[in-house]
Amino acid sequence: MPAILVENLSRYFNELKAVDNISFEVKKGEIFGLLGPNGAGKTTMIKMLTTLLWPTKGAAKVWGFDVVKQKDEVRNSIGIVFQEPALDNRLTGKENLDFHARLYGLNKKIRKKRIKEVLELVELENKRDVLVKDYSGGMQRRLEIARGLMHYPKVLFLDEPTLGLDAQTRHHIWDYILELNRKEKITIVLTTHYMEEADYLCQRVAIMDFGKIVAQDTPESLKNILGGDVISIEVISPEKAFEVFKKLPWLKKISRHNEEINLNVKEGEKKIPLLMKIDQKKEGFEIKSVNLRKPTLEDVFLHFTGKTIREVEAGRNGGDKVMMKRRFRR
Amino acid sequence: MRLNLNKYALLSYVKQLSNPCIMKSNNFQTVYIMWLRELKRLWRSKSRLVSTLAMPFFFLLFLGFGFRSGFNLPGMPEGTGYLDFLTPGILGMTMLFTSMFAGLSVLWDKEFGFLKEIMVAPVKRSAIILGRIVGGMSTSLIQGVLILIISLFIGFKITNPFGIITALIFMVLISAGFIGLGVAIASKMEDTQGFSLIVQFILFPTFLLSGAIYPLANFPGWLRIIAYIDPLTYGVDGLRASLIGFSQFSIFFDLFLLLIFDLATITLGSWLFSKTEV
Repeated sequence: MPAILVENLSRYFNELKAVDNISFEVKKGEIFGLLGPNGAGKTTMIKMLTTLLWPTKGAAKVWGFDVVKQKDEVRNSIGIVFQEPALDNRLTGKENLDFHARLYGLNKKIRKKRIKEVLELVELENKRDVLVKDYSGGMQRRLEIARGLMHYPKVLFLDEPTLGLDAQTRHHIWDYILELNRKEKITIVLTTHYMEEADYLCQRVAIMDFGKIVAQDTPESLKNILGGDVISIEVISPEKAFEVFKKLPWLKKISRHNEEINLNVKEGEKKIPLLMKIDQKKEGFEIKSVNLRKPTLEDVFLHFTGKTIREVEAGRNGGDKVMMKRRFRR
Repeated sequence: MRLNLNKYALLSYVKQLSNPCIMKSNNFQTVYIMWLRELKRLWRSKSRLVSTLAMPFFFLLFLGFGFRSGFNLPGMPEGTGYLDFLTPGILGMTMLFTSMFAGLSVLWDKEFGFLKEIMVAPVKRSAIILGRIVGGMSTSLIQGVLILIISLFIGFKITNPFGIITALIFMVLISAGFIGLGVAIASKMEDTQGFSLIVQFILFPTFLLSGAIYPLANFPGWLRIIAYIDPLTYGVDGLRASLIGFSQFSIFFDLFLLLIFDLATITLGSWLFSKTEV
């Protein structure tokens, strides 16, 4: 039995198909990532899997339980860390955990033991009796992760676990997530629009765009699709350069993006000198900069959707709004 | 295939048994913890306590003293001072305001995201609502009793000490009904933007039409009909019957109508709340 089984799941908001006929599986014990720009349908997906939204069509099972017909069983098997903070600011950290533990029917002995355990795990023991409104953003996030773990969930959902956090805190949270997966053997499903986050954490990822999954596999395999390294070249008159590069015999794939041309090649470091031998003056273009890198999931996203994730977000004007909302709430 | 799935379900069920969280017992805990949370929140936000008590206090003080001597409106009992007539009305007002806000706290939870935490918990929605109502009732009752104590210092005289018990019952009933209404409205609203609208178009008319600060006898016929639709009218009337032994209707009639009002709003509130998606 897979930890999560999703079959042809859809959710429409009036005309908008937020999630459009998606199927996938999450294996037990893995960290699975739903990857995509804001507005791709990741949160809607998570909300359906956590019984907060009803699917329009299709079915999903979490830990063998149907998300529509067996809500309580599903709710008992999962822990959730929401995208936006969901703590009671007027209660202390410990009280928030106690509230949660009682909702999930833990008895007094286990409650006490578990509160201590999870607070240690996220290193908040010394803040247990401080009101949550006096916590920093990172501390709140850690408390939420601790809370999601209180009732020994089988599957932990993390919706944008590091959104709006600084780089240092983000790395801390990543380490917690990896440790959790290792120590408590919890299946983790996370959504993110940070490609490096997915790359660092996930054993498998599904890339979402416009409510559909455009690709899913291990980050390694996805990057291998691109074939080797990426040479990014910034050029003046890219149209001409594009025509010239296209004819190169050792080229695997080429894509143009405004002033930037991406070449997918094997052993990139050896191909740069070859590029430099092209007579730029004669062909009528000029190379401004060359950059060689191993492909990232960002490149994979570009490959499958034809856009960079930043562009998608700028176009939909989603990212900043969410960030501002979060800040405002804090 | 079907057999397979059942086997899985059975397997997970067996695993569930070995899991420390056993599902059934947590509904009572839910009511308790929701109640405790309301009390803690009230205790920690003393500014909220002061601000919600300020209005009834000022009404009591300024209206009570302002109309004190030789003031007898038609419809008021002979020989009763205005303060004695007013105090039960202000108690009703306190219960109305504090209860509506307790009900509307669903909206705060929605806005601050905490509602999601509650909604994904494996507990009955009815347990959540019950916890909220009991919690709201407790905080309202505390505030109502505070106003009652203040009124005694100002000079309010209770004619029948045993009436305090029935008065408390009426306060609880007023509270339950308006919390139910608050939850119902909050379940339909997106955020706290419409708050002032509710205060102006529901709270104030309900308060002013209930006969809390003047006898209904002064109203023209058509307005009196509207006043008779106002559930707070019966709450205030019941409180007056309990505390000063004067009332327009029979105390049992007041009790009966309030119970119907409570039942209706709580049912409506629970139903709408169970349908909210977050």
